[in-house]
Amino acid sequence: MKNELIKPKGLVTNTNRRNFLKFGTMSVAGAGLLLMGCNDDDDMMPPMSEGVNLGSGDIGILNYAYALEQLEAAFYATVLTGGYFANANAEEKTIMGDLEKHERAHREFFKAALGSAAIADLEVDFSSIDFNSRTSVLAAAKTFEDLGVAAYNGAGQFIENVDYLVIAGKIVSVEARHAAAIRDLINPGSDDFAGDDLIDANGLERTLNFTDVLTAASTYVKTPIDFSQLPS
Amino acid sequence: MNLLKLLDTMCPDTNSPEEKDMFFSRREAFRQFGDLSKKVAMAAVPLGVLTALPKVAKADTESLIGVLNYALTLEHLEYRYYQTGVESGVIEGADLNIFTKIRDHELAHVNFLTEVIGNVLGGMPVVEPEFDFTAGGNFAPFMDYPTFLALAQAFEDTGVRAYKGQAGNVMESDVVLTAALSIHSVEARHASMVRRLRTKKGQDTVKGWITNGSIGSLPAATQAIYAGEENVSHGGVDVTALTGIDAAAVSEGWDEPLSKDQVLGIASLFLA
Repeated sequence: MKNELIKPKGLVTNTNRRNFLKFGTMSVAGAGLLLMGCNDDDDMMPPMSEGVNLGSGDIGILNYAYALEQLEAAFYATVLTGGYFANANAEEKTIMGDLEKHERAHREFFKAALGSAAIADLEVDFSSIDFNSRTSVLAAAKTFEDLGVAAYNGAGQFIENVDYLVIAGKIVSVEARHAAAIRDLINPGSDDFAGDDLIDANGLERTLNFTDVLTAASTYVKTPIDFSQLPS
Repeated sequence: MNLLKLLDTMCPDTNSPEEKDMFFSRREAFRQFGDLSKKVAMAAVPLGVLTALPKVAKADTESLIGVLNYALTLEHLEYRYYQTGVESGVIEGADLNIFTKIRDHELAHVNFLTEVIGNVLGGMPVVEPEFDFTAGGNFAPFMDYPTFLALAQAFEDTGVRAYKGQAGNVMESDVVLTAALSIHSVEARHASMVRRLRTKKGQDTVKGWITNGSIGSLPAATQAIYAGEENVSHGGVDVTALTGIDAAAVSEGWDEPLSKDQVLGIASLFLA
């Protein structure tokens, strides 16, 4: 069953953000990612038996990035084991090999930087991707890379520490380089590398908020992700 | 003409009394509008990203105008370069769509930044400088396609580093930061495409991403554009040591910023 992210509008503006998880609804949560508020409940939040909580502030944003990098790294690691990669031409082998290393490096960097605040490993679900199919792999790669760019672009404004902001900036442009290359593999020599589907009349690339990004990602992630404490 | 001097004209300290008056009267006009969000609502062009974002700027407007005029100067350079290239006929027919698209983005950036500086922040958008893309007779980008592509790569990779270098200077304004990030990633897409195009044509071996601090087959004059890109340590974490991934791949995974002075030093080669 496809995961659903439910984030009632206005919830995050409630005064008591820490105690918003209502475990009385876990039967519903079993269907996927569920976020419910209970701003009138001052009891300590019970530990999550499954799922991860990204946390708040800059740590929350870094965990958000870490979650996306985990997803990308796991994807490319799987690509390298599949039939598409085995039969790919030299250029595409090089690109996929590079992307696997870059995303693994990003993932490990965030894990180290976050230390004890890092979320646990996410359980991924790539059952919708055919790793023997070039079309399927490249389409998924395009989704992940474009999503990553839009996620970093959308999250930047919430980062408080300038050093973290610059590090995110160092990574997002590489994700954009990836995205352009993947799009050019799909439609060579076209202007899709920076297509009108992403870039508006002001020449600005799309940004996505936390809900949009994690909803899109939830197709590929089994672990429930609680992002309710992220800044807004 | 010196770019630094050009940008200094934006600073009220060095302006003539007349220009100072204009500067401050515009600032006063801006103050009267109260805040950015109100002014945005009055902007003439559809500034979707500005109106869509919830927070208003709390940054020093003057400083933001300075940063955005710096960005606008680079966008002027890029737009004029591609526009001249498209008109010159130097671009191979099969690639014309690519450079028309890039040209269109750079023009959109020029128009967007001009609008934000002039009609949102109440500043004076920098006028387009006169460029010399031969860099004093050293290059012939509009007669030789490989040279055109080489300089295009140089400009795009510079643009990525330039925007990144200003992130900290605009971060107090959520609106401006988000707009800058949204331009930054477009420049990175351009850079990736141009780099790979050069390699597809056998002119270089570069990938879409920057390996170590390598200039590939670009002229030696471009060294400053790639200096520092070999970095593998971020936030005190040596990623090569951490992961065991080779330094070349780790360097590719992070792009590095450049300061305004570094970028203007590079760009000044192309000012008439």
